Amino acid sequence: MSETLETTNLTLFEQLGGAAAVDAAVDIFYRKVLADYRINRFFDNVDMEKQAAKQKAFLTMAFGGPHNYTGEDMRKGHERLVKMGLDDSHFDAVMEHLEATLQELNVPGALIAQVAAIAESTRTDVLGR
Amino acid sequence: MLNITCGESNVACLANETVLDALLKANIPIPYGCRQGVCQSCLMRSLDVTPPVAAQIGIKDTLQKQNYFLACCCHPEQDMTVSLPDQQDTWFEASVIQKQQLSPEIIRLTLQYNAELSFFAGQFVNLQRLDGLTRSYSIANSSRHEKILEFHIRRLPNGQFSSWAHDELQPGTTLTLTEARGSCHYLPGRAQQPLLLIGTGSGLAPLYGIIHDALAQGHAGSIHLYHGSRNSEGLYLIDEMQELAKQYANFNYTASVSGACATETGFAQGRAHELALNAVQSLKGWRVYLCGHPEMVNQSKRMAYIKGASLGDIYADAFLTLPH
Ligand SMILES: Cc1cc2nc3c(=O)[nH]c(=O)nc-3n(C[C@H](O)[C@H](O)[C@H](O)COP(=O)(O)OP(=O)(O)OC[C@H]3O[C@@H](n4cnc5c(N)ncnc54)[C@H](O)[C@@H]3O)c2cc1C
Ligand code: HEM
Repeated sequence: MSETLETTNLTLFEQLGGAAAVDAAVDIFYRKVLADYRINRFFDNVDMEKQAAKQKAFLTMAFGGPHNYTGEDMRKGHERLVKMGLDDSHFDAVMEHLEATLQELNVPGALIAQVAAIAESTRTDVLGR
Repeated sequence: MLNITCGESNVACLANETVLDALLKANIPIPYGCRQGVCQSCLMRSLDVTPPVAAQIGIKDTLQKQNYFLACCCHPEQDMTVSLPDQQDTWFEASVIQKQQLSPEIIRLTLQYNAELSFFAGQFVNLQRLDGLTRSYSIANSSRHEKILEFHIRRLPNGQFSSWAHDELQPGTTLTLTEARGSCHYLPGRAQQPLLLIGTGSGLAPLYGIIHDALAQGHAGSIHLYHGSRNSEGLYLIDEMQELAKQYANFNYTASVSGACATETGFAQGRAHELALNAVQSLKGWRVYLCGHPEMVNQSKRMAYIKGASLGDIYADAFLTLPH
Protein backbone atom coordinates (compact mmCIF):
# COMPACT_ATOMS: atom_id res chain seq x y z
CA MET A 1 0.00 0.00 0.00
CA SER A 2 2.64 2.52 1.05
CA GLU A 3 4.73 1.52 -1.94
CA THR A 4 1.98 2.28 -4.42
CA LEU A 5 1.48 5.58 -2.64
CA GLU A 6 5.08 6.57 -2.97
CA THR A 7 5.40 5.71 -6.61
CA THR A 8 2.13 7.21 -7.76
CA ASN A 9 1.83 10.24 -10.03
CA LEU A 10 -1.46 11.18 -8.48
CA THR A 11 -1.73 14.45 -6.59
CA LEU A 12 -2.43 14.41 -2.88
CA PHE A 13 -6.01 15.50 -3.63
CA GLU A 14 -6.49 12.60 -6.04
CA GLN A 15 -4.93 10.09 -3.66
CA LEU A 16 -7.36 11.16 -0.97
CA GLY A 17 -10.26 10.60 -3.36
CA GLY A 18 -10.96 14.12 -4.62
CA ALA A 19 -14.32 15.80 -4.23
CA ALA A 20 -15.93 12.60 -2.91
CA ALA A 21 -13.41 12.47 -0.08
CA VAL A 22 -14.18 16.07 0.80
CA ASP A 23 -17.86 15.15 0.98
CA ALA A 24 -17.17 12.22 3.27
CA ALA A 25 -14.85 14.22 5.49
CA VAL A 26 -16.92 17.38 5.83
CA ASP A 27 -19.72 15.63 7.67
CA ILE A 28 -17.43 14.14 10.28
CA PHE A 29 -15.17 17.16 10.60
CA TYR A 30 -17.85 19.82 10.92
CA ARG A 31 -19.71 17.77 13.54
CA LYS A 32 -16.55 17.54 15.63
CA VAL A 33 -15.99 21.27 15.34
CA LEU A 34 -19.56 22.20 16.28
CA ALA A 35 -19.59 19.84 19.25
CA ASP A 36 -16.30 21.23 20.64
CA TYR A 37 -17.07 23.81 23.33
CA ARG A 38 -13.54 25.27 23.00
CA ILE A 39 -14.24 26.60 19.51
CA ASN A 40 -17.92 26.35 18.62
CA ARG A 41 -18.68 29.94 19.63
CA PHE A 42 -16.84 31.05 16.48
CA PHE A 43 -19.47 29.23 14.47
CA ASP A 44 -22.53 30.73 16.15
CA ASN A 45 -24.91 32.74 14.03
CA VAL A 46 -23.82 31.32 10.73
CA ASP A 47 -26.07 29.50 8.32
CA MET A 48 -25.22 25.79 8.48
CA GLU A 49 -25.42 25.10 4.75
CA LYS A 50 -23.21 28.05 3.94
CA GLN A 51 -20.86 27.09 6.72
CA ALA A 52 -20.72 23.52 5.47
CA ALA A 53 -19.80 24.89 2.04
CA LYS A 54 -17.00 26.88 3.66
CA GLN A 55 -15.87 23.78 5.52
CA LYS A 56 -15.67 22.08 2.15
CA ALA A 57 -13.54 24.93 0.89
CA PHE A 58 -11.36 24.50 3.95
CA LEU A 59 -10.98 20.75 3.41
CA THR A 60 -10.40 21.06 -0.33
CA MET A 61 -7.59 23.46 0.43
CA ALA A 62 -6.08 21.28 3.15
CA PHE A 63 -6.36 18.22 0.88
CA GLY A 64 -4.22 19.99 -1.69
CA GLY A 65 -7.16 20.43 -4.06
CA PRO A 66 -7.77 23.32 -6.42
CA HIS A 67 -8.79 26.57 -4.75
CA ASN A 68 -8.42 30.29 -5.29
CA TYR A 69 -7.59 31.41 -1.75
CA THR A 70 -4.51 33.50 -1.16
CA GLY A 71 -2.86 34.07 2.20
CA GLU A 72 -4.47 37.49 2.14
CA ASP A 73 -7.92 35.89 1.73
CA MET A 74 -7.23 33.68 4.77
CA ARG A 75 -6.29 36.78 6.76
CA LYS A 76 -9.42 38.67 5.73
CA GLY A 77 -11.64 35.61 6.17
CA HIS A 78 -10.61 35.12 9.78
CA GLU A 79 -10.11 38.77 10.77
CA ARG A 80 -13.52 38.89 12.43
CA LEU A 81 -12.63 35.78 14.43
CA VAL A 82 -9.24 37.11 15.51
CA LYS A 83 -11.11 40.11 16.94
CA MET A 84 -13.26 37.61 18.85
CA GLY A 85 -10.09 36.15 20.35
CA LEU A 86 -9.01 33.44 17.89
CA ASP A 87 -5.57 32.16 18.93
CA ASP A 88 -3.17 29.21 18.71
CA SER A 89 -5.23 27.06 21.08
CA HIS A 90 -8.22 27.29 18.71
CA PHE A 91 -6.05 26.62 15.72
CA ASP A 92 -4.63 23.55 17.47
CA ALA A 93 -8.15 22.32 18.21
CA VAL A 94 -9.07 22.54 14.53
CA MET A 95 -5.89 20.68 13.58
CA GLU A 96 -6.81 17.99 16.10
CA HIS A 97 -10.25 17.53 14.52
CA LEU A 98 -8.81 17.50 11.03
CA GLU A 99 -6.39 14.70 11.87
CA ALA A 100 -9.00 12.72 13.84
CA THR A 101 -11.40 12.98 10.90
CA LEU A 102 -8.88 11.53 8.50
CA GLN A 103 -8.01 8.75 10.93
CA GLU A 104 -11.71 7.89 11.18
CA LEU A 105 -11.76 7.61 7.39
CA ASN A 106 -8.75 5.26 7.50
CA VAL A 107 -6.52 7.59 5.52
CA PRO A 108 -2.89 6.39 5.67
CA GLY A 109 -0.68 8.27 8.12
CA ALA A 110 1.66 9.55 5.43
CA LEU A 111 -1.20 11.33 3.69
CA ILE A 112 -2.55 12.70 6.95
CA ALA A 113 0.85 14.23 7.60
CA GLN A 114 0.77 15.98 4.22
CA VAL A 115 -2.70 17.37 4.89
CA ALA A 116 -1.63 18.58 8.33
CA ALA A 117 1.39 20.31 6.83
CA ILE A 118 -0.76 22.22 4.35
CA ALA A 119 -3.18 23.32 7.07
CA GLU A 120 -0.31 24.22 9.38
CA SER A 121 1.18 26.46 6.69
CA THR A 122 -1.82 28.79 6.97
CA ARG A 123 -1.40 29.41 10.72
CA THR A 124 0.13 32.88 10.58
CA ASP A 125 -2.41 34.08 8.03
CA VAL A 126 -5.42 32.59 9.81
CA LEU A 127 -4.29 34.08 13.13
CA GLY A 128 -3.47 37.40 11.47
CA ARG A 129 0.16 37.61 12.51
CA MET B 1 -22.32 18.79 -31.18
CA LEU B 2 -25.32 19.35 -28.94
CA ASN B 3 -27.60 22.29 -28.39
CA ILE B 4 -28.06 24.01 -25.02
CA THR B 5 -31.00 26.37 -24.67
CA CYS B 6 -30.85 28.88 -21.83
CA GLY B 7 -33.48 31.60 -21.82
CA GLU B 8 -33.43 33.20 -25.25
CA SER B 9 -30.01 31.82 -26.16
CA ASN B 10 -29.08 28.73 -28.12
CA VAL B 11 -25.54 27.60 -27.52
CA ALA B 12 -23.48 24.85 -29.14
CA CYS B 13 -21.80 22.44 -26.72
CA LEU B 14 -18.74 20.71 -28.20
CA ALA B 15 -17.85 17.12 -27.43
CA ASN B 16 -15.42 17.78 -24.59
CA GLU B 17 -17.23 20.79 -23.15
CA THR B 18 -19.42 21.06 -20.09
CA VAL B 19 -22.65 23.03 -20.03
CA LEU B 20 -20.77 25.62 -17.97
CA ASP B 21 -18.00 25.93 -20.59
CA ALA B 22 -20.52 26.33 -23.37
CA LEU B 23 -22.59 28.98 -21.59
CA LEU B 24 -19.59 31.00 -20.42
CA LYS B 25 -18.11 30.89 -23.92
CA ALA B 26 -21.34 32.46 -25.17
CA ASN B 27 -21.00 35.19 -22.53
CA ILE B 28 -23.98 34.01 -20.55
CA PRO B 29 -23.18 34.88 -16.96
CA ILE B 30 -23.37 31.73 -14.85
CA PRO B 31 -21.97 31.87 -11.33
CA TYR B 32 -19.21 29.33 -10.79
CA GLY B 33 -16.35 28.60 -8.43
CA CYS B 34 -14.29 25.42 -8.21
CA ARG B 35 -15.36 23.98 -11.58
CA GLN B 36 -15.24 20.46 -10.19
CA GLY B 37 -18.46 19.82 -8.40
CA VAL B 38 -17.47 20.81 -4.90
CA CYS B 39 -18.77 24.31 -4.32
CA GLN B 40 -22.12 23.99 -6.13
CA SER B 41 -22.05 27.64 -7.23
CA CYS B 42 -23.08 26.65 -10.73
CA LEU B 43 -26.28 24.84 -9.71
CA MET B 44 -28.72 24.86 -12.63
CA ARG B 45 -31.92 23.08 -13.53
CA SER B 46 -32.78 21.09 -16.60
CA LEU B 47 -36.23 21.99 -17.85
CA ASP B 48 -36.61 18.99 -20.14
CA VAL B 49 -34.31 15.97 -19.98
CA THR B 50 -32.89 14.20 -16.94
CA PRO B 51 -29.32 15.44 -16.41
CA PRO B 52 -26.39 12.99 -16.64
CA VAL B 53 -25.73 11.13 -13.38
CA ALA B 54 -22.26 12.61 -13.01
CA ALA B 55 -23.71 16.11 -13.00
CA GLN B 56 -25.91 15.38 -9.99
CA ILE B 57 -23.35 13.89 -7.61
CA GLY B 58 -23.34 15.59 -4.23
CA ILE B 59 -26.54 17.60 -4.58
CA LYS B 60 -29.53 17.02 -2.35
CA ASP B 61 -31.69 14.11 -3.46
CA THR B 62 -34.81 16.25 -3.52
CA LEU B 63 -33.07 18.65 -5.89
CA GLN B 64 -31.82 15.75 -8.02
CA LYS B 65 -35.37 14.62 -8.44
CA GLN B 66 -36.26 18.08 -9.72
CA ASN B 67 -33.50 17.81 -12.34
CA TYR B 68 -31.09 20.22 -10.73
CA PHE B 69 -27.48 19.64 -11.74
CA LEU B 70 -24.01 21.14 -11.59
CA ALA B 71 -23.16 22.86 -14.87
CA CYS B 72 -19.41 22.35 -14.39
CA CYS B 73 -19.82 18.55 -14.25
CA CYS B 74 -22.42 18.28 -16.98
CA HIS B 75 -21.25 16.76 -20.25
CA PRO B 76 -24.64 16.68 -21.93
CA GLU B 77 -25.81 13.44 -23.52
CA GLN B 78 -28.56 15.10 -25.55
CA ASP B 79 -29.88 18.59 -26.24
CA MET B 80 -30.90 20.36 -23.03
CA THR B 81 -32.99 23.33 -22.00
CA VAL B 82 -31.57 24.78 -18.80
CA SER B 83 -32.07 27.69 -16.44
CA LEU B 84 -30.55 29.10 -13.30
CA PRO B 85 -32.51 28.18 -10.15
CA ASP B 86 -35.69 30.24 -9.77
CA GLN B 87 -35.24 32.01 -13.04
CA GLN B 88 -38.08 30.20 -14.73
CA ASP B 89 -40.86 31.93 -12.86
CA THR B 90 -44.23 31.11 -14.28
CA TRP B 91 -47.31 32.22 -12.43
CA PHE B 92 -50.68 30.58 -12.47
CA GLU B 93 -54.08 31.27 -10.95
CA ALA B 94 -55.98 29.42 -8.30
CA SER B 95 -59.21 30.21 -6.55
CA VAL B 96 -60.09 29.81 -2.91
CA ILE B 97 -62.71 27.11 -2.53
CA GLN B 98 -62.69 26.72 1.24
CA LYS B 99 -61.59 28.58 4.33
CA GLN B 100 -61.73 26.85 7.67
CA GLN B 101 -60.72 27.93 11.18
CA LEU B 102 -58.39 25.25 12.61
CA SER B 103 -57.54 27.08 15.84
CA PRO B 104 -57.98 30.66 17.05
CA GLU B 105 -54.71 31.52 15.28
CA ILE B 106 -54.74 29.28 12.23
CA ILE B 107 -56.90 28.89 9.13
CA ARG B 108 -56.83 26.27 6.44
CA LEU B 109 -57.16 27.63 2.90
CA THR B 110 -58.02 25.25 0.10
CA LEU B 111 -57.35 26.43 -3.43
CA GLN B 112 -58.30 24.91 -6.75
CA TYR B 113 -56.19 25.35 -9.89
CA ASN B 114 -56.32 24.32 -13.53
CA ALA B 115 -52.69 24.64 -14.56
CA GLU B 116 -50.29 21.72 -14.98
CA LEU B 117 -48.43 21.81 -11.70
CA SER B 118 -46.08 19.28 -10.23
CA PHE B 119 -45.23 19.51 -6.56
CA PHE B 120 -44.45 17.53 -3.45
CA ALA B 121 -46.28 18.08 -0.16
CA GLY B 122 -44.04 20.23 2.02
CA GLN B 123 -42.74 22.42 -0.78
CA PHE B 124 -43.88 26.02 -0.77
CA VAL B 125 -45.38 28.43 -3.28
CA ASN B 126 -45.57 32.20 -3.30
CA LEU B 127 -49.14 33.43 -3.02
CA GLN B 128 -49.85 36.81 -4.54
CA ARG B 129 -52.81 39.05 -3.81
CA LEU B 130 -54.35 41.17 -6.57
CA ASP B 131 -52.39 44.27 -5.48
CA GLY B 132 -49.10 42.36 -5.67
CA LEU B 133 -48.54 41.58 -1.96
CA THR B 134 -46.68 38.24 -2.00
CA ARG B 135 -45.84 35.74 0.75
CA SER B 136 -44.61 32.14 0.85
CA TYR B 137 -46.81 29.33 2.19
CA SER B 138 -46.15 25.62 2.47
CA ILE B 139 -48.27 22.98 0.77
CA ALA B 140 -50.00 20.74 3.31
CA ASN B 141 -51.56 18.20 0.93
CA SER B 142 -50.06 15.62 -1.35
CA SER B 143 -50.30 15.89 -5.11
CA ARG B 144 -52.52 12.85 -5.31
CA HIS B 145 -55.44 15.15 -4.54
CA GLU B 146 -56.86 16.43 -7.79
CA LYS B 147 -55.81 20.00 -8.60
CA ILE B 148 -56.08 21.19 -5.05
CA LEU B 149 -53.64 22.98 -2.77
CA GLU B 150 -54.03 23.24 0.98
CA PHE B 151 -52.32 25.86 3.16
CA HIS B 152 -52.30 26.56 6.90
CA ILE B 153 -51.92 30.25 7.60
CA ARG B 154 -51.15 31.58 11.02
CA ARG B 155 -52.27 35.08 11.98
CA LEU B 156 -49.32 37.27 12.90
CA PRO B 157 -50.15 40.44 14.82
CA ASN B 158 -50.43 43.20 12.21
CA GLY B 159 -49.14 40.83 9.54
CA GLN B 160 -50.33 42.19 6.21
CA PHE B 161 -51.01 38.99 4.29
CA SER B 162 -51.99 36.74 7.17
CA SER B 163 -54.41 39.28 8.71
CA TRP B 164 -55.98 39.82 5.34
CA ALA B 165 -56.29 36.08 4.77
CA HIS B 166 -57.91 35.64 8.18
CA ASP B 167 -60.22 38.68 8.15
CA GLU B 168 -61.11 39.47 4.56
CA LEU B 169 -60.25 36.74 2.09
CA GLN B 170 -63.42 34.97 0.94
CA PRO B 171 -64.04 31.77 -1.02
CA GLY B 172 -64.25 32.61 -4.71
CA THR B 173 -61.25 34.96 -4.61
CA THR B 174 -58.54 34.31 -7.16
CA LEU B 175 -54.87 34.37 -6.13
CA THR B 176 -51.76 34.17 -8.29
CA LEU B 177 -49.18 31.49 -7.43
CA THR B 178 -45.64 30.58 -8.40
CA GLU B 179 -44.71 27.00 -9.02
CA ALA B 180 -43.69 24.88 -6.04
CA ARG B 181 -40.20 25.34 -4.65
CA GLY B 182 -37.98 24.12 -1.91
CA SER B 183 -36.51 20.77 -0.98
CA CYS B 184 -38.38 20.11 2.27
CA HIS B 185 -40.48 17.12 1.22
CA TYR B 186 -40.68 13.33 1.39
CA LEU B 187 -38.86 11.11 -1.08
CA PRO B 188 -39.49 7.37 -1.27
CA GLY B 189 -36.61 4.94 -0.91
CA ARG B 190 -34.94 4.16 2.41
CA ALA B 191 -38.36 3.20 3.72
CA GLN B 192 -36.90 1.83 6.99
CA GLN B 193 -35.28 5.11 7.96
CA PRO B 194 -36.67 6.66 11.14
CA LEU B 195 -38.13 10.14 10.59
CA LEU B 196 -38.13 12.98 13.09
CA LEU B 197 -40.40 15.93 12.30
CA ILE B 198 -40.44 19.06 14.42
CA GLY B 199 -42.75 21.99 13.76
CA THR B 200 -43.90 25.10 15.57
CA GLY B 201 -47.20 26.87 14.87
CA SER B 202 -48.20 26.63 11.21
CA GLY B 203 -44.92 24.75 10.69
CA LEU B 204 -47.22 21.75 10.97
CA ALA B 205 -48.45 22.49 7.42
CA PRO B 206 -45.52 21.01 5.47
CA LEU B 207 -45.03 18.26 8.07
CA TYR B 208 -48.68 17.26 7.80
CA GLY B 209 -48.22 16.87 4.07
CA ILE B 210 -44.92 15.03 4.41
CA ILE B 211 -46.35 12.57 6.95
CA HIS B 212 -49.35 11.75 4.78
CA ASP B 213 -47.06 11.32 1.80
CA ALA B 214 -44.73 9.04 3.74
CA LEU B 215 -47.55 6.88 5.10
CA ALA B 216 -49.25 6.65 1.71
CA GLN B 217 -45.98 5.50 0.17
CA GLY B 218 -45.58 2.80 2.78
CA HIS B 219 -42.84 4.30 4.90
CA ALA B 220 -41.99 1.50 7.32
CA GLY B 221 -39.54 3.19 9.73
CA SER B 222 -40.85 4.97 12.78
CA ILE B 223 -42.19 8.50 12.29
CA HIS B 224 -42.05 10.94 15.20
CA LEU B 225 -43.93 14.21 15.00
CA TYR B 226 -43.40 16.95 17.60
CA HIS B 227 -45.70 19.91 17.19
CA GLY B 228 -45.24 22.82 19.55
CA SER B 229 -46.44 26.31 20.24
CA ARG B 230 -46.20 28.82 23.05
CA ASN B 231 -49.83 28.30 23.99
CA SER B 232 -52.57 25.92 22.96
CA GLU B 233 -54.01 28.46 20.47
CA GLY B 234 -51.13 27.64 18.14
CA LEU B 235 -51.83 23.90 18.13
CA TYR B 236 -54.34 22.40 15.73
CA LEU B 237 -55.45 19.19 14.00
CA ILE B 238 -54.82 17.53 17.34
CA ASP B 239 -57.65 14.99 17.11
CA GLU B 240 -56.71 14.10 13.58
CA MET B 241 -53.07 13.51 14.50
CA GLN B 242 -54.07 11.38 17.50
CA GLU B 243 -56.36 9.40 15.25
CA LEU B 244 -53.53 8.88 12.76
CA ALA B 245 -51.28 7.65 15.57
CA LYS B 246 -53.91 5.04 16.45
CA GLN B 247 -54.22 3.98 12.86
CA TYR B 248 -50.47 3.65 12.13
CA ALA B 249 -48.34 1.84 14.69
CA ASN B 250 -45.17 3.49 13.39
CA PHE B 251 -46.51 7.04 13.74
CA ASN B 252 -46.00 8.88 17.04
CA TYR B 253 -47.37 12.28 17.90
CA THR B 254 -46.42 14.69 20.67
CA ALA B 255 -48.07 18.10 21.01
CA SER B 256 -46.45 20.52 23.42
CA VAL B 257 -46.82 24.03 24.77
CA SER B 258 -43.88 25.99 26.10
CA GLY B 259 -45.79 28.80 27.83
CA ALA B 260 -46.39 28.95 31.57
CA CYS B 261 -49.94 27.62 31.64
CA ALA B 262 -49.09 24.31 30.02
CA THR B 263 -50.04 22.15 32.96
CA GLU B 264 -53.77 22.81 32.59
CA THR B 265 -53.92 21.98 28.92
CA GLY B 266 -53.03 18.32 28.94
CA PHE B 267 -50.23 18.83 26.42
CA ALA B 268 -46.59 18.05 27.03
CA GLN B 269 -44.71 20.89 28.68
CA GLY B 270 -41.70 22.35 26.91
CA ARG B 271 -40.32 23.43 23.59
CA ALA B 272 -41.04 20.95 20.83
CA HIS B 273 -37.46 20.74 19.59
CA GLU B 274 -35.99 20.28 23.05
CA LEU B 275 -38.46 17.53 23.87
CA ALA B 276 -37.77 15.86 20.53
CA LEU B 277 -34.01 16.05 20.66
CA ASN B 278 -33.82 14.95 24.28
CA ALA B 279 -35.91 11.91 23.50
CA VAL B 280 -33.32 10.32 21.19
CA GLN B 281 -29.80 9.19 21.98
CA SER B 282 -28.45 9.44 18.46
CA LEU B 283 -29.86 10.64 15.16
CA LYS B 284 -27.33 8.77 13.10
CA GLY B 285 -29.17 7.44 10.06
CA TRP B 286 -32.32 9.46 10.74
CA ARG B 287 -34.08 11.82 8.40
CA VAL B 288 -35.08 15.09 10.05
CA TYR B 289 -37.64 17.69 8.99
CA LEU B 290 -37.76 21.10 10.69
CA CYS B 291 -40.39 23.73 9.91
CA GLY B 292 -41.60 26.94 11.45
CA HIS B 293 -39.96 29.51 13.68
CA PRO B 294 -36.56 30.40 12.18
CA GLU B 295 -34.75 30.32 15.50
CA MET B 296 -36.17 26.92 16.35
CA VAL B 297 -35.22 25.65 12.89
CA ASN B 298 -31.64 26.87 13.12
CA GLN B 299 -31.05 25.63 16.65
CA SER B 300 -32.56 22.26 15.87
CA LYS B 301 -30.54 21.87 12.70
CA ARG B 302 -27.38 22.27 14.65
CA MET B 303 -28.49 20.03 17.50
CA ALA B 304 -29.72 17.34 15.11
CA TYR B 305 -26.46 17.48 13.23
CA ILE B 306 -24.34 17.21 16.35
CA LYS B 307 -26.52 14.27 17.41
CA GLY B 308 -25.41 12.45 14.29
CA ALA B 309 -27.89 13.28 11.51
CA SER B 310 -26.00 14.04 8.30
CA LEU B 311 -26.62 17.45 6.75
CA GLY B 312 -28.02 15.86 3.60
CA ASP B 313 -30.69 14.18 5.73
CA ILE B 314 -31.86 17.39 7.39
CA TYR B 315 -34.66 19.15 5.53
CA ALA B 316 -35.74 22.52 6.83
CA ASP B 317 -37.99 25.43 6.05
CA ALA B 318 -37.56 28.42 8.30
CA PHE B 319 -40.71 30.53 8.08
CA LEU B 320 -38.79 33.74 7.68
CA THR B 321 -40.84 36.88 7.69
CA LEU B 322 -39.73 39.81 5.59
CA PRO B 323 -37.33 42.22 7.28
CA HIS B 324 -38.90 45.55 8.27
C1 LIG C 1 -40.39 28.92 2.89
C2 LIG C 1 -41.48 29.56 3.73
C3 LIG C 1 -42.64 28.86 3.99
C4 LIG C 1 -43.65 29.43 4.78
N1 LIG C 1 -44.76 28.70 5.04
C5 LIG C 1 -45.74 29.22 5.84
C6 LIG C 1 -46.93 28.45 6.16
O1 LIG C 1 -47.14 27.32 5.71
N2 LIG C 1 -47.84 29.02 7.00
C7 LIG C 1 -47.67 30.27 7.54
O2 LIG C 1 -48.53 30.72 8.30
N3 LIG C 1 -46.56 31.01 7.24
C8 LIG C 1 -45.60 30.53 6.40
N4 LIG C 1 -44.49 31.30 6.10
C9 LIG C 1 -44.41 32.69 6.58
C10 LIG C 1 -45.19 33.60 5.60
O3 LIG C 1 -44.51 33.63 4.35
C11 LIG C 1 -45.30 35.06 6.05
O4 LIG C 1 -44.03 35.57 6.34
C12 LIG C 1 -46.17 35.23 7.26
O5 LIG C 1 -47.47 34.74 6.99
C13 LIG C 1 -46.25 36.70 7.65
O6 LIG C 1 -46.72 37.48 6.58
P1 LIG C 1 -47.62 38.76 6.85
O7 LIG C 1 -47.78 39.51 5.58
O8 LIG C 1 -48.87 38.37 7.55
O9 LIG C 1 -46.77 39.59 7.88
P2 LIG C 1 -45.83 40.84 7.54
O10 LIG C 1 -46.67 42.01 7.20
O11 LIG C 1 -44.79 40.43 6.58
O12 LIG C 1 -45.20 41.07 8.98
C14 LIG C 1 -44.47 40.02 9.65
C15 LIG C 1 -44.38 40.34 11.14
O13 LIG C 1 -43.68 41.53 11.34
C16 LIG C 1 -44.46 42.45 12.09
N5 LIG C 1 -44.30 43.80 11.53
C17 LIG C 1 -44.94 44.33 10.46
N6 LIG C 1 -44.54 45.59 10.25
C18 LIG C 1 -43.63 45.87 11.20
C19 LIG C 1 -42.83 47.01 11.50
N7 LIG C 1 -42.91 48.13 10.78
N8 LIG C 1 -41.99 46.92 12.54
C20 LIG C 1 -41.91 45.82 13.29
N9 LIG C 1 -42.62 44.71 13.04
C21 LIG C 1 -43.47 44.74 12.01
C22 LIG C 1 -45.88 41.99 11.95
O14 LIG C 1 -46.62 42.34 13.11
C23 LIG C 1 -45.73 40.52 11.81
O15 LIG C 1 -45.69 39.91 13.07
C24 LIG C 1 -43.48 30.74 5.31
C25 LIG C 1 -42.33 31.44 5.01
C26 LIG C 1 -41.32 30.89 4.24
C27 LIG C 1 -40.09 31.69 3.95
C1 HEM D 1 -6.37 25.28 9.92
C2 HEM D 1 -6.29 26.31 9.10
C3 HEM D 1 -7.54 26.96 8.52
C4 HEM D 1 -7.82 27.04 7.21
C5 HEM D 1 -7.00 26.53 6.03
C6 HEM D 1 -9.13 27.67 7.11
C7 HEM D 1 -9.78 27.90 5.91
C8 HEM D 1 -10.98 28.56 5.78
C9 HEM D 1 -11.64 28.82 4.55
C10 HEM D 1 -11.13 28.43 3.16
C11 HEM D 1 -12.77 29.51 4.82
C12 HEM D 1 -13.81 30.01 3.84
C13 HEM D 1 -13.56 31.44 3.52
C14 HEM D 1 -14.67 31.96 2.63
O1 HEM D 1 -14.85 31.44 1.53
O2 HEM D 1 -15.36 32.88 3.08
C15 HEM D 1 -12.84 29.65 6.27
C16 HEM D 1 -13.87 30.26 6.95
C17 HEM D 1 -14.04 30.19 8.32
N1 HEM D 1 -13.15 29.65 9.24
FE1 HEM D 1 -11.35 28.86 8.81
N2 HEM D 1 -9.59 27.96 8.36
C18 HEM D 1 -8.65 27.55 9.27
C19 HEM D 1 -8.72 27.65 10.66
C20 HEM D 1 -9.84 28.09 11.35
C21 HEM D 1 -9.97 28.10 12.80
C22 HEM D 1 -8.87 27.69 13.77
C23 HEM D 1 -11.22 28.58 13.07
C24 HEM D 1 -11.94 28.77 14.39
C25 HEM D 1 -11.83 27.98 15.42
C26 HEM D 1 -11.88 28.85 11.81
C27 HEM D 1 -13.15 29.33 11.67
C28 HEM D 1 -13.70 29.75 10.49
C29 HEM D 1 -15.02 30.36 10.39
C30 HEM D 1 -16.00 30.64 11.53
C31 HEM D 1 -15.20 30.67 9.03
C32 HEM D 1 -16.43 31.36 8.40
C33 HEM D 1 -16.17 32.84 8.46
C34 HEM D 1 -17.39 33.66 8.09
O3 HEM D 1 -18.28 33.14 7.43
O4 HEM D 1 -17.40 34.83 8.47
N3 HEM D 1 -11.00 28.56 10.80
N4 HEM D 1 -11.73 29.06 6.83
